[in-house]
Amino acid sequence: MSQTTTEKKYETVIGLEVHLQLNTATKIFCGCANVFGRDPNSQTCPVCLGLPGTLPVLNKKALEHAIKVALALNCKVNPYIKFDRKNYFYPDIPKGYQISQFDLPIASDGYLMIPLADGAFKRIGIKRAHLEEDAGKLIHDAHATGSLVDYNRTGTPLIEIVTDPDLRSAQEAFDYLHILKLTLQYLNVSDCDMEKGSLRCDANISIREMGAPNLGTKAEVKNMNSFRAVKLALEFEENRHRTIVESGERIIQETRLWNEEKAMTFAMRSKEEAHDYRYFPEPDLVPFTVDQSVIDHVRQSLPELPQQKLKRLTDQYKISEYDAAVIIQDPDIANFFEECTKHYAETKKICNWINGALFQELNARKMTIKDLKITPQDLTTLIKKVEEGVLNNLTGKDTLKFMIDSGKSTEEIIQEKGLAQESDDSVLEKIVDEIIAANDKVVAQVKEGKDSAIGFLVGQAMRKCQGKGNPKKFGEIIRRRI
Amino acid sequence: MKLNELTAHEILDLIKQKKTSSGEVCQAVLDQIERSDENVKAFVRLNDQASATAKEANGPVPIPIAIKDNICITDQEVTCSSRILKNFRPPYDATVIEKLKKSGAVILGHTNMDEFAFGSSTENSCYGPTHNPWKLDCVPGGSSGGSTAAVAANEAIWALGSDTGGSIRQPAAFCGVVGLKPTYGLVSRYGLIAFASSLDQIGPITKDVTDSALLLNIISGTDSRDSTSAPFTVPDYTKALVNEVKNIKIGIPMEYFIEGIDPEVKQLIVNAIEMLEKSGAIFEEVSLPHTEYAVATYYIIATAEASSNLARFDGVEYGLRCHPEKMRKNPLVDMYEETRAVGFGKEVKRRIMLGTYSLSSGYYDDYYLRGLKVRTLIKNDFDKVFENYDAIITPTAPTTAFKIGEKANDPLSMYLSDIYTISANLAGIPAISIPCGFSKDGLPVGLQIMAKPFNEEMLLRIAYSFEQSTDWHKRKVRL
Repeated sequence: MSQTTTEKKYETVIGLEVHLQLNTATKIFCGCANVFGRDPNSQTCPVCLGLPGTLPVLNKKALEHAIKVALALNCKVNPYIKFDRKNYFYPDIPKGYQISQFDLPIASDGYLMIPLADGAFKRIGIKRAHLEEDAGKLIHDAHATGSLVDYNRTGTPLIEIVTDPDLRSAQEAFDYLHILKLTLQYLNVSDCDMEKGSLRCDANISIREMGAPNLGTKAEVKNMNSFRAVKLALEFEENRHRTIVESGERIIQETRLWNEEKAMTFAMRSKEEAHDYRYFPEPDLVPFTVDQSVIDHVRQSLPELPQQKLKRLTDQYKISEYDAAVIIQDPDIANFFEECTKHYAETKKICNWINGALFQELNARKMTIKDLKITPQDLTTLIKKVEEGVLNNLTGKDTLKFMIDSGKSTEEIIQEKGLAQESDDSVLEKIVDEIIAANDKVVAQVKEGKDSAIGFLVGQAMRKCQGKGNPKKFGEIIRRRI
Repeated sequence: MKLNELTAHEILDLIKQKKTSSGEVCQAVLDQIERSDENVKAFVRLNDQASATAKEANGPVPIPIAIKDNICITDQEVTCSSRILKNFRPPYDATVIEKLKKSGAVILGHTNMDEFAFGSSTENSCYGPTHNPWKLDCVPGGSSGGSTAAVAANEAIWALGSDTGGSIRQPAAFCGVVGLKPTYGLVSRYGLIAFASSLDQIGPITKDVTDSALLLNIISGTDSRDSTSAPFTVPDYTKALVNEVKNIKIGIPMEYFIEGIDPEVKQLIVNAIEMLEKSGAIFEEVSLPHTEYAVATYYIIATAEASSNLARFDGVEYGLRCHPEKMRKNPLVDMYEETRAVGFGKEVKRRIMLGTYSLSSGYYDDYYLRGLKVRTLIKNDFDKVFENYDAIITPTAPTTAFKIGEKANDPLSMYLSDIYTISANLAGIPAISIPCGFSKDGLPVGLQIMAKPFNEEMLLRIAYSFEQSTDWHKRKVRL
């Protein structure tokens, strides 16, 4: 059976569970700092260590963040806040249970729109999102006779966001994650860094015959540490499921781990997942109702979300959807862009500079726009200099580089480095004359009508003046002189 | 009278008159411990700083106090009388200890209890049983039996206990002292090693009602570290100590006077009621129709919460850690199993299994969830009675103290000794046990008074009035 007929016959069904660490100053149930990368067990207290007699107290900021996420994902916010205990034995959980939300999550019935290749949007349902505490981290290979445990992460506020089984391909899953992450970054509730573990994703995948009413047997895939890995793992699983189904065998419901090196998933030992979590209401936290006014307040304080921004930028600044899509990838960049437009009306040109030269410089330095010493006005001044012909594109980019490195203004850099474009005609003519004199053969080709030869001469002239000339002007002079 | 036989308020008067000092009082108590605790075995651990603290004490209430072995004191071993917590020294004070220290209290040490407060006799302890000071071959009741025995034996002026289903009141009755279980949320649970979080309350164990009010003044109040502590402005409870019960309406629940109650106990309660009636209180029979389900409901909810609360005792962070000699499953699971097999006693294992069962999938709805529903019905029973009555009076326990070992192999009959006390925990209401007489063989009997949530003042007022016209509380054990 060929690949194409298989694809027609089966439909892939994917649902994602994203765990997001919230960037509150302190942990969810105690006053410990919520920070990453400190010495093991240095960010702990009797409460997050689960010492006997200690009690949890909810961090209101974590609740506020969760409401923010709920609203941004178009969810119904459940104002009745109740926590439950999820009981299991493992050393990463010092109390023997995790405080989570079971039957009454803070958010339910939401959605996120993802763009499809044809420009249309698809609605991905958000089944629920709930608040819980993160577990500690086990370190298995640092000690000869046993494992070590670091409780710094224990009690970090988490929100788990679960989609409906609405995703139909690995690519859709990838796109959903992208939009979700962007939305969360806009909310400034998490740094969404998969490498640091502040965003983690598990996937449920199954396949079924196209049009079948029921879902197929699913596999849960874990241990992906990038969006790319999620996509690869799901593609791998999709193929694995197809192969099994086509060979007439049955899929086993199981948890599988993605192995990055081998680019394959492997089944976890089934014993490890046979859990009865014995959920029951957490008696140490009294349920309470959040005032509607608090929810309304959070709603009002929501920032403009990426898709709203995209639409506004294209409408307001008449830039292309492509440019806008690039700019909104980082809300700080988008702000930078909008600031620039206050100083310079040519929005398309600003986009080009930001999406081109500026991104290049940022990437080269592994910097974000926040790390930049230059202001939006600095950039627009630079663009203007180029448009006025004081700098050419090349020297303009060099100037930008120097500006980023030194924090100095465009004018200062031009002055210091002598980068200003040579616009004195007599100087340019002198250079052209020298080039013509030194390149007889090429000049002859030009005279024979070979236009492309002019380009060579322009290049020679630019080199002679160390890039400070205007290539267009050089071209004119060369034509005139020959 | 010896200093250690006095009440706290008597001692405070003497100190004010400069007739004694906290150092002297502490010494008298320590001497008594030296004399009698070999036989009573109320204490499991003494604080070697007690004397020094007493000599330097400068707070307003520098009274020697005994603390149940489930309340955390910074750097002092605390074990819930369980092997599994051996050598556990918390780096923090329970909120009640913080408050006591501020008041100048002299902490004598930790007292014996049923392991993790699971029991009604203080026999389920890794340290062995505590003996009833009135009759050394009898139990002191439990689970706060160490604290009540210490106060009865004058080995402490007063003490703290904890009450989940009667663990302050029943041993107070058995030992002839005053035991108060406050309204759920009145006293912070921070630093109390949890048995059943939705039922546990710390409370005072004292020689008389005045001391009960004094100690409650010290330990109660909202605590930001305990989300279940109530945002309640605590009154001065000593102001409730008024000898006046005229026209106070008191209900007698008919469901509490049926079979199983010791006739001697019943008679003493009837006498007490008559005495209060003479003082002008109005008694009427009332009904708490869901009483018969209280014990079952309690054992479902309490064991469910306990099974989860005790999960943290796994040998990973602190306390006991054991490994089997031969590998069985894998090193981690083996360690968990061996640690808990060795560390927990029989009753603890029984309750963990019961609780785990009732929370398990497939059973949750029929047990835990139904338990919560019945709990609401029981609470409604009380709400209804309190619409028309100021208080409810019952016996504290159906019998007097039983012999050590008598019920050790009969957990069900042991569970029934809490039959009158359990409902107050399920309903979250305050209840007090005060001495109301002695059986023919010289064992104390307790009278229980219950009131509306946060109306400890009513309890104290009725109890104080009763105490004023009796002298049961003045009878002393000489050991």
